[in-house]
Amino acid sequence: MGTGRMTDTIAAVATAMGSGGIGIVRISGSEAIAVADRVFESGRKGKCLSQVDSHTVHYGVVKENGRILDEVLAVVMRGPHSYTGEDTVEIDCHGGMLVTKRILEAVLRAGAELAEPGEFTKRAFLNGRMDLSQAEAVMDLIQAKNDYAMKNSVRQLKGSVSERIKSLREKILYHMAYIESALDDPEHISLEGYGDLLQEVLEPVANEIERLICSADNGKIMLEGIRTVILGKPNAGKSSLMNVLVGEERAIVTDVAGTTRDVLEEQIRLGDVFLRLMDTAGIRETVDVVERIGVDRAREAANEADLILYVADGERGLDENDEQIINWMKGRKAIVLLNKADLTMKVGAEELRKKTGCPVVVVSAREETGIEELEQVVQKMFLKGDLNQEDEVLITSTRHKSLLEDSYQSIQMVLQGINHGISEDFLTIDLMEAYEKLGRIIGESVGEDLVNEIFGRFCMGK
Amino acid sequence: MPNLEEFYDIVVVGAGHAGCEAALACGRLGLETIVFTVSIDSIALMPCNPNIGGSSKGHLVRELDALGGEMGKNIDKTFIQSKMLNESKGPAVHSLRAQADKQDYSREMRKTLENTEHLTIRQAEVSEIVVEQGRIQGVKTVSGAFYHAKAVVLATGTYLRARCIYGDVSNPTGPNGLQAATHLTDSLIANGIEMFRFKTGTPARVDKRSIDFSKMEEQLGDERVIPFSFSTDSDSVQKEQVSCWLTYTNEKTHEIIRENLDRSPLFSGVIEGTGPRYCPSIEDKVVKFPDKERHQVFIEPEGLYTNEMYLSGMSSSLPEDVQYQMYRTVAGLENVKIVRNAYAIEYDCINSRQLLPSLEFRAIQGLFSGGQFNGSSGYEEAAAQGFMAGVNAAMKVMGREPFVLDRSQAYIGVLIDDLVTKENHEPYRMMTSRAEYRLLLRQDNADLRLRKIGYDMGLISEKDYQHIIWKEQAIEEEVRRVEKTPVGANAVVQEFLEKHGSTPLKTGATLAELMRRPELDYFVLRELDDRRPNLPEDVMEQVNIHIKYEGYLKRQQQQVAQFKKLESRKLDVNFDYSVVGSLRREAIQKLNLYKPVSIGQASRISGVSPADISVLLVYLEQKRGKS
Repeated sequence: MGTGRMTDTIAAVATAMGSGGIGIVRISGSEAIAVADRVFESGRKGKCLSQVDSHTVHYGVVKENGRILDEVLAVVMRGPHSYTGEDTVEIDCHGGMLVTKRILEAVLRAGAELAEPGEFTKRAFLNGRMDLSQAEAVMDLIQAKNDYAMKNSVRQLKGSVSERIKSLREKILYHMAYIESALDDPEHISLEGYGDLLQEVLEPVANEIERLICSADNGKIMLEGIRTVILGKPNAGKSSLMNVLVGEERAIVTDVAGTTRDVLEEQIRLGDVFLRLMDTAGIRETVDVVERIGVDRAREAANEADLILYVADGERGLDENDEQIINWMKGRKAIVLLNKADLTMKVGAEELRKKTGCPVVVVSAREETGIEELEQVVQKMFLKGDLNQEDEVLITSTRHKSLLEDSYQSIQMVLQGINHGISEDFLTIDLMEAYEKLGRIIGESVGEDLVNEIFGRFCMGK
Repeated sequence: MPNLEEFYDIVVVGAGHAGCEAALACGRLGLETIVFTVSIDSIALMPCNPNIGGSSKGHLVRELDALGGEMGKNIDKTFIQSKMLNESKGPAVHSLRAQADKQDYSREMRKTLENTEHLTIRQAEVSEIVVEQGRIQGVKTVSGAFYHAKAVVLATGTYLRARCIYGDVSNPTGPNGLQAATHLTDSLIANGIEMFRFKTGTPARVDKRSIDFSKMEEQLGDERVIPFSFSTDSDSVQKEQVSCWLTYTNEKTHEIIRENLDRSPLFSGVIEGTGPRYCPSIEDKVVKFPDKERHQVFIEPEGLYTNEMYLSGMSSSLPEDVQYQMYRTVAGLENVKIVRNAYAIEYDCINSRQLLPSLEFRAIQGLFSGGQFNGSSGYEEAAAQGFMAGVNAAMKVMGREPFVLDRSQAYIGVLIDDLVTKENHEPYRMMTSRAEYRLLLRQDNADLRLRKIGYDMGLISEKDYQHIIWKEQAIEEEVRRVEKTPVGANAVVQEFLEKHGSTPLKTGATLAELMRRPELDYFVLRELDDRRPNLPEDVMEQVNIHIKYEGYLKRQQQQVAQFKKLESRKLDVNFDYSVVGSLRREAIQKLNLYKPVSIGQASRISGVSPADISVLLVYLEQKRGKS
């Protein structure tokens, strides 16, 4: 029993990964436009890509679960007049690995599968978009890209990760084999009460996969930084707080010049993580965003960020500006910085915690206190799972993360199935999916594993 | 002395389960066919277990029946107990199994063969295949007679250079002491065919009068018997059934086996053949699973008019005296009398890699093969292949395209694809876990999947064909109706839901939505469905499955769509892959060894990577563009 692709629609980053420059996520296949529509929201209300003319460019945002990931341009090219000859959507984003990878992940979750190395070129060739004389070059390219990807894939996996994935696979395989041997030989092997047992086994498996997925997020966050926006009403102390955070002692400051919007970012280091203060070119603007640019601009900034730092003015108490910001923080990762701790305070930490549901850190920009506590809160918020800080970055590739997410999903389907009392022969379908996806991370195929396990472990009758 | 010389369209060698299906299919398609057997009294013999079907094997029988095969009809005529296995599980793994009256089974099949037009039965040992310039010409028998044929189907089962062994006794016979076929192997090897040596085994048969059934659990058949064949009237199979019995081995049994292992030909090295892992002898089980305190033993009758009972689960090749000792430790068998000893059997078969998916030899045009000769095991696997080999021999003679089922169409497709694509080191047994699209390949819908194909081939009657057309429509209409039938959140409905442990409705729903709840189905919802038409049981079953498992079924259908794309890209079976520079060396070796017929088959060969497949696709496109 094995599984195949569910769709012919593939996606990948079509530009070299690196910070700066435009990152392009390319989607190709019969469902390319439908998949893009699931994540793309046009700047013009109600317009979707499935209705637009071929070879047109559209401004909008990529959204997932109501969150804006980036402002983008989407280029729609219907087959056969596209690079691959199939319906294609290219999403141009601001570059920088983080944004591009996130958009790719969103596209994969929306129904595309990650392209194999060289697959766009292969399709271009197969669909007659390239000169026949280029065949040799295309074949070499596919094989070379694949070799590179395989080597790279192995290199990206620290030894401990493949061990962990192997042991997860062994558990899954054992139980699949047990179920299958019982189905093949129901009079010798019983499945009475097996659901409960399976649930007990699979819950830790799911948790372990989740931890690995978290480590992917952690890895990214460590590598690429958390997009952060600082909000607060005028004179709450944002500027001075910025200065403290960006101050020479703690900060590694890099200027990254983007191309699409001339974005300047500033990265600061806070303990083990980087904060990418967004729109640094407009940091001063952002500082006074509520006042000067207006509510929309501030909301947009808040929407795009991974983290909102809300600076509350302890001395002056809360007004309608504060209420507005607190409203935006709902359901988001946010930290309240209660500033001016060195002065007499009109609003207390406890009150803010209750009001916002977010952690509150009391800081004083002037005295430079509270920064260590902020470090700890940020780390706790973003470095998930029980990985301690000595743990190295584990999962860094989008491919691996996407496979982990798929296998997690499959295990969840099994657990759901058990709860709904679905019979075991359905459960093994999702178990096999999980087994296969995990195998692809460590470069192992399914082959005859199941049959061998059945014969090796269980005593079949006749 | 002049030798006998005769002319036929098709020669079938062997009249076991594979040979019978092959011969019947060819004869029914109107081709002059002769079937050879070493013993006319052993047509469709069941030399091992006395049953047909079981998990996944039942699927094969149903598929075979849907296509126009005989096995399903024959077991419906001759069964003495029937059971649907896995009934508490999902519909994909429900599987029919019936105990047969072995003699009756054999006799009925013989009768069918004897009364089929264009079909001749001949008792003789075929000793040679005659091949000229890579094309089959016919066969010769030991007497020197030459039977010319346009196509030949080999279905020699376990008879080629067969040897039966227990303890230090080794008899050069086929199963049941029947004459082995000793000459044909040499001719096959001389014609370049690669042979394997496999083994299998069977337990002892014992005298019913010497068994104490009071120490065993009785195993009854189903109250309502479901026939195997889609053409059998289900009322005709409701009859009195006989029981099987369940008992267990124990520590004492295992001790005796362990003490005498050195006397087992399996462990002493006398037996060279590769045995199946799934059907181990009792000594295998004891060695391999030392922690298991007991193993099940099913006592099954061999027929209505015999006292012989089959000891399922205790096949062995231990010496006679050890067999006695160990059987007599089992509860209820304390005084058992053996009628026939357990034995292991070794035989020649082929490396099935040499076959095309049509079961024709790649190297010899017009030569086909099926059954245990191809390295499979089991009556059902044999029959399915025999049928396909026979049909394809007929297609060849009639100048029609080969008939191949793929992995998404039938278990038969999975079986044959596995045989011709994978390295096979032991007798191959069908299992549901081998079928990746098993939710679609159910035993309940074999007719919907395959009837029309059987009709197009000419093996299904107009009446059966019309019935399937009607059935398809009836299912479609009822599914549509159920999906559109609203159910209001009224008191009657809420009460009904509560009664069935289902959460009450907040707003109205459709019948289909309610059916998808785990605790409900089409049948219990009858109560809320006053406009339900009167439909036959099998139609209702399809409607239920269709709606209840829609999500899972759709997923598999999507996978099948992707699978079909690769299957439909054909490859030239004579192509030399070493000219494709970008393929990895291992891939070139494997592809040159297997010579796949399609990109899909190539992708299943171990050692061929997805990147190699991409390279091949590009290469093909280039070639196509240039030509």
